[in-house]
Amino acid sequence: MLQLECPNCGVTAEETEFAQGGEAHLTRRGPEASEQEFHDYLFAKENPRGVHFERWRHVNGCGKWFHVARCTATLEIFGTYSAQTLEPPREIRDRISKKRPGWSWREFA
Amino acid sequence: MAKAVSALDGASHDGYVRVEEAGLQGMITLRGDLSLDAVRAAATTASGTEMPGTREIRAAEDRALAWMSPDELLLMLPYEEAPETVQQLQDALAGTHHLAVNVSDARAMFRLSGGPPVREVAAKLCPVDLAPGRFEPGEFRRTRLAQVAAAIWMPDAQSLQVICFRSVAGYVHDLLCDAAAPGGEVGYLV
Ligand SMILES: [Zn+2]
Repeated sequence: MLQLECPNCGVTAEETEFAQGGEAHLTRRGPEASEQEFHDYLFAKENPRGVHFERWRHVNGCGKWFHVARCTATLEIFGTYSAQTLEPPREIRDRISKKRPGWSWREFA
Repeated sequence: MAKAVSALDGASHDGYVRVEEAGLQGMITLRGDLSLDAVRAAATTASGTEMPGTREIRAAEDRALAWMSPDELLLMLPYEEAPETVQQLQDALAGTHHLAVNVSDARAMFRLSGGPPVREVAAKLCPVDLAPGRFEPGEFRRTRLAQVAAAIWMPDAQSLQVICFRSVAGYVHDLLCDAAAPGGEVGYLV
């Protein structure tokens, strides 16, 4: 069971109060994209054992979206942060680096 | 015009705490930028209370103002005063980006009374720490109640109120009555 802190309303609750919304920081591919890019946007998702970034929604709470950085192997939460960003904040990345030296996830490290 | 009735028309049930559908209750959703003076002034003028902080509720006489999300408030007031108050909010906020809607008939409200055990009746159904000191009067918590969305708060240390969508009022009523059934006392959160 994950314990998540919603950065929008400050509540820390267990995961049944939230809904997982898929992988974080996707680049949205539109009509100008190549078929390969559009295929990858739709289907080529990260499925790591370890550091992972996801979108979550506080569906049975304030209703707002946010981001979660977590470890899929241990269920550890590295941090939650605003949905209004294109990349994990430096502070979260530094925190992960302390605990998982050498980690990388897509273009982030 | 048809006579308005609440979802369960005031149904009540005496378990080890009393469960009561609260009857017709006026509710207005107000959305907007809560950092704007205009929005805060319109809301608090309508409620007659102070502005609630994050996850708080402020009550005065027959009105209350609750923090729902970073851009949403819930104003509770007498049922028949809701339409006029929506109009007043819209007038006060003309030119300011906002939404004021009468949602009275879209919601249901329940009252649990009978002392501190109201905490554990709610705690059987919500994934929230309702221990004294962890949840107190003045707090307003949106969560889930078994399988549906709900908001809970304690008007005082002896009672607890629940808001849910009208369409699930029957389900919530049955859940609360079941959780309050005599013989089901846990005696932990007192
Ligand atoms: Zn939240």
